[in-house]
Amino acid sequence: MDRSLSSLPPPRRKAMLKKNMASRRTPQQEAGSSTEQTYVYKVVLLGTTAVGKSSLAFRYVKNDFRESMPTVGCSFFTQLVCLETTTMKLEIWDTAGQEKYQSVCHLYYRGANAALLVYDITQKATFARAKLWLRELEREFLHDEIVIVLVGNKTDLAAQREVPLEEAEEFAKSKSLIFMETSAKSNHRVTEVFMAVACELLKRERQKEPTHQPQPWKKSCVDLQEPSNPAKRCCRS
Amino acid sequence: RAMVFVLSEAGKPIYSRYGNEEALSSTMGVMMALVSFIQSGDNAIRSIYSDDRKLVFVQQGPLVLVSVSRTLQSEQQLRQELLYVYYQILSMLTQVSITRIFERKKNYDLRRLLAGSEKILDRLLNLVESDPGFLLGAVRCLPLPASQRDALGALLQKAITPNLVFSILVAQSQLVTAVQERAVIEECRLEPTDLHLLLNLIGASSAFQAGEIWTPICLPRFNPDGYFYAYISYLDAECTVCLVLLSTDKESFYAVSDCKKRVEEAMRTQGSLQVLSGGLQSPSYSVGQVGVPGYPGELPPAAPVHQRQLSSSPSPELEGPYCSEEEQQRLFDLYHYLHSRIHSTSRPLRLIYHVAEKETLLAWVTSKFELYTCFSPLVTKAGAINVLTKLLRWIKKEEDRLFIRYPPKYSTTPNPGKGTKGGRPDGAENGFFAGL
Ligand SMILES: Nc1nc2c(ncn2[C@@H]2O[C@H](COP(=O)(O)OP(=O)(O)OP(=O)(O)O)[C@@H](O)[C@H]2O)c(=O)[nH]1
Ligand SMILES: [Mg+2]
Repeated sequence: MDRSLSSLPPPRRKAMLKKNMASRRTPQQEAGSSTEQTYVYKVVLLGTTAVGKSSLAFRYVKNDFRESMPTVGCSFFTQLVCLETTTMKLEIWDTAGQEKYQSVCHLYYRGANAALLVYDITQKATFARAKLWLRELEREFLHDEIVIVLVGNKTDLAAQREVPLEEAEEFAKSKSLIFMETSAKSNHRVTEVFMAVACELLKRERQKEPTHQPQPWKKSCVDLQEPSNPAKRCCRS
Repeated sequence: RAMVFVLSEAGKPIYSRYGNEEALSSTMGVMMALVSFIQSGDNAIRSIYSDDRKLVFVQQGPLVLVSVSRTLQSEQQLRQELLYVYYQILSMLTQVSITRIFERKKNYDLRRLLAGSEKILDRLLNLVESDPGFLLGAVRCLPLPASQRDALGALLQKAITPNLVFSILVAQSQLVTAVQERAVIEECRLEPTDLHLLLNLIGASSAFQAGEIWTPICLPRFNPDGYFYAYISYLDAECTVCLVLLSTDKESFYAVSDCKKRVEEAMRTQGSLQVLSGGLQSPSYSVGQVGVPGYPGELPPAAPVHQRQLSSSPSPELEGPYCSEEEQQRLFDLYHYLHSRIHSTSRPLRLIYHVAEKETLLAWVTSKFELYTCFSPLVTKAGAINVLTKLLRWIKKEEDRLFIRYPPKYSTTPNPGKGTKGGRPDGAENGFFAGL
């Protein structure tokens, strides 16, 4: 995990009540730099036990793979992502897929900005479960409230494949989900999944706040026309 | 070692120690017959003795637990062992939810909910049979100079947030310090049993070693029907030092995680991790340290449970003839035997001097401590008493280092007595908290 995280001030979490759910997506001023904004997004991993949610999270955050044991409750990770000029902090909630935790799962996905519905391409039943998760999320969230990604994991086990690529692709398209196949083990497209989430989140952020995006550019224009004040030039180094 | 089975009232296998339930289906068949027999009539069978075996039955709600044993363990101890298994199951599911599940569907297969938990129960049973803490109803604590333990306690006392009720610092399954919310009334202190279950749960899985864990957990002795929300995170890269924060508020993850950051920060400035790793590296204590020319293998006293302190028991390093695993197990079996004699319900004893084949054992229980010791077979009674006196004197001197005597407290509810429903475990109407 990024060491510098611990030096950040405790994030102010403005609760915005939407459909009775606290959404925590709040731009924050980062200590030290006055113009840079850090967006905090909650990303939740859902899916049957043993599909590889923790392995994906571990691969992404630590770039490593190791034999893991079933998650207890939920594991929390943070990861900073820099996209263009924006720093995003992804808060990853890696939930437990075991049945005994089903009753508490809503606790973990509540207020999520993105969800990864993970299944194992070698286990048909896990794909069906991912579809059920989708239905549950559709009930709980408005369509534009959450970015949903369908993730077929364990492509390294292609010989045992039970869920055809086309079928999943087709399904994702029909539900307008982002879709990707990954392997946490052989590090296939894991970072890409999270980057796709980050890009989509940022895109939606900008659509929502049309004034926000052009701002740095406008500012730099102004700065260029004011040579008397070069210090204000927007320069990100 | 004892075989342990857990079945539902309908005879469905739930757990079996050693091997999977399917492979043991023939044994299970016999079990089921016995179970239905146990349930017929009001005279439930509690145990069956054969020439070389004991069968002990415990029924708890819709679950039947069975132990089949050839060891020296008494019926009482086997019963206790089964209760531990039951409590560990509760720690994951709670009593109400188990009851509710079987009310709805009598032949429900509880293995669905316990899938993956076999490891936890296996480990628990191994501990029960080898960790003297379970025998003594006490948690093993890391020997540490009192000043250092106090400093760590003070640090936990400062890192609080509303609805936090227990803060526990653990180093390699040994308790370093445990701080609790002041409003938790006397009778409901953190029980050694609950702590054992919690530590076993954490120790049983490497899943706690990545990220910060936030999970519902039930402390069955505290309240079998309610969930706490546990924040669990290791503080060092080697995963030896673990912080456990228990909150009653399921929404408090960020606040509790923030407490951990503060603990981490303070520990860094105080160099606490080095202190702890120092404590871990030095042996708990050795007979040589005590300065008695006795025989190795003493189990020292546990702080009495009835004082309602968080009791803790250090154990000396086993030396000499007790280095091998078999010999240690044999010694523990003997201690188990003495324990059962001392705590016999029909004829409890205070002191036993027992001459066994290869050693002489002495067990002693007072209102303040419980002590099990082992001597060379050649020791005289006077000699043994002499060594014991020295040992007790030494323990008295080292008490503050070896035991946690006065667990510190904090107050996370700013306004106790002003009835917010703040400090109550989720879903529990237990009234365990004073002044709320
Ligand atoms: N071959 C292969 N195995 C994988 C891959 N990802 C995970 N696994 C294995 O699948 C098993 C389960 O992985 P986890 O990451 O623990 O699964 P999970 O989804 O987090 O499971 P829960 O925490 O119980 O919900 C482990 O044995 C992993 O080693 C992968 O990409 N390829
Ligand atoms: Mg997992």
